[in-house]
Amino acid sequence: MRRIPISALIGLLVTGAFFAVALTAQWIAPYSMEEASGGVWEPISAAHWLGTDNIGRDLLSRMIFGAQVTIFIATAATILSFATGSVLGFLAATAGGWLDQVLSRLVDLIMAVPTLILSLVILTAVDVTNLTLILVMGFLDATRVFRLSRAVAVDITVMDYVEAARLRGEGRSWIIFREILPNALSPLVAELGLRFIFAVLFISTLSFLGLGVQPPLADWGGLVKENSAGLVYGVPAALAPAFAIALLAIGVNLVADWVLSRTTSLKGGRGG
Amino acid sequence: MNSVLKLVAQRIALGLLLLLAVSILIFFGIEALPGDAAQAMLGQSATPEALANLRHQMGLDQPELPRYFHWLGGLLTGDLGKSLTNGEDIAAAIGNRLGNTLFLAFWAAIFAVPLAILLGLLAARHAGKWQDKLISGVTLATISLPEFVAGYLVMYFLAVYWRVFPSMAMIFPGMSLWTKLNTIALPVIVLVMVVLAHMMRMTRAAILNVMQSAYIETAELKGLGPLAVVWRHAFPNAIAPVVNVVMLNLAYLVVGVVVVEVVFVYPGMGQFLVDHVAKRDLPVVQACGMIFAAVYIGLNILADVISILANPRLRHPK
Repeated sequence: MRRIPISALIGLLVTGAFFAVALTAQWIAPYSMEEASGGVWEPISAAHWLGTDNIGRDLLSRMIFGAQVTIFIATAATILSFATGSVLGFLAATAGGWLDQVLSRLVDLIMAVPTLILSLVILTAVDVTNLTLILVMGFLDATRVFRLSRAVAVDITVMDYVEAARLRGEGRSWIIFREILPNALSPLVAELGLRFIFAVLFISTLSFLGLGVQPPLADWGGLVKENSAGLVYGVPAALAPAFAIALLAIGVNLVADWVLSRTTSLKGGRGG
Repeated sequence: MNSVLKLVAQRIALGLLLLLAVSILIFFGIEALPGDAAQAMLGQSATPEALANLRHQMGLDQPELPRYFHWLGGLLTGDLGKSLTNGEDIAAAIGNRLGNTLFLAFWAAIFAVPLAILLGLLAARHAGKWQDKLISGVTLATISLPEFVAGYLVMYFLAVYWRVFPSMAMIFPGMSLWTKLNTIALPVIVLVMVVLAHMMRMTRAAILNVMQSAYIETAELKGLGPLAVVWRHAFPNAIAPVVNVVMLNLAYLVVGVVVVEVVFVYPGMGQFLVDHVAKRDLPVVQACGMIFAAVYIGLNILADVISILANPRLRHPK
């Protein structure tokens, strides 16, 4: 293992801390998610480290549970998008022919409409629950993973070792999972971080618009929305969850940048 | 010149075909989902009679194909149907708001484009040095901010703390241009922040890509000064990628506008769309979605057409 640059180390630390908070939310939150334990928009105090929110709930506890909701939905959506996107991408690349054409044109079509607009149209027609949010985000984002994994796999399928596997009579699933996947892993891992950030920003944006996670549950975007009215009166409560979103995104970005630069330097690319 | 025209015509035709496909996606994609607009409006607990009633009222009991063609025909002739929630004519409600949204996006673009190209050039010129690192660091931070976070940060500091600009961007038809610009200052700043980072990064990459080509090395080796290299060799080849970057980001701007409008309560298309998603007003959402998609695809076509026209290899046929 080569030395990890300081920026990536900070990124890993920040990301790890957020995941730790999300996993242990039930035990470390000082108050429950819904209990009103103080006045409206109280300032920072010993009892409420970040003050209270728009109806007197402890903001720090809401933030901790919000981390759980945000990170859970973003992680689930990312896993879904990678599972479907990469398998379909590899399938399209190895099968070629009409299957490749149909899948690729379908993905072109979905990507021709901005993701936010398309998901707003879909969310008008379905019930908004955490499950539907994960499905909508995961499948829409799978298009990007599909493009990447198809492009990578097209280069790999013409390699001699894939040809050798074909000639000795291996099935398609062997070729996809045993020959292509291990060799396509590093660009996919680099993409994983970027897709995760996108999912975090996206679920926050949807919740901010009131179309994501529904109350009384709240993710960070929802917390910004709930407390945004206070900003005009000089109450900075909405800035705390906003700051958390930005911090997580920057942390993951730093790690992804490092992974990306490692994989490009492995390929011996010229541009930095 | 003929081959260029043919390419451009092909690209435009392809774009129109794509738009048709998107209309099918937006119309039939919704049909394929479980439940329908009537169910969504009334909720899960609605009685079957009420559902059937509303379905009939909305025309949902008609077969799909004629309904699609009716809807498409309406889109083409500017008749967007009526809103479910208040029976208002959608086209009339959207007209003014679309103008407001384009007004906002226009002013954001006016500031963002030159700034991004300048910063991109600067970063590419000093690639790897501290100027480059500073610019990439700052842009990394702004990319990590969702639009609404940037919006509230700017609002808190510039409107509440220092009181430079108004926090709400309510504009009216009768306002003078100057008051309008003052009112939309904050949303414009946020949009510029959001697009600038992407545009600058892509400009930097496009220029670095050109600067690393073999012909630039040749020009340097034959003794041309740096200015001559940039002006005679790098610039003509960088126009196409840079214009492409600008257009793609303008398309992105049109989407970013949705969130920013909600933050600053700006009376544009984006806020209208979000309001009606919450009210589950499917006809309005479909119409707005089509308009956003059309603008987005239109700008993408424009990007391709400009890069075809700007390509020196296509301009001088052998």
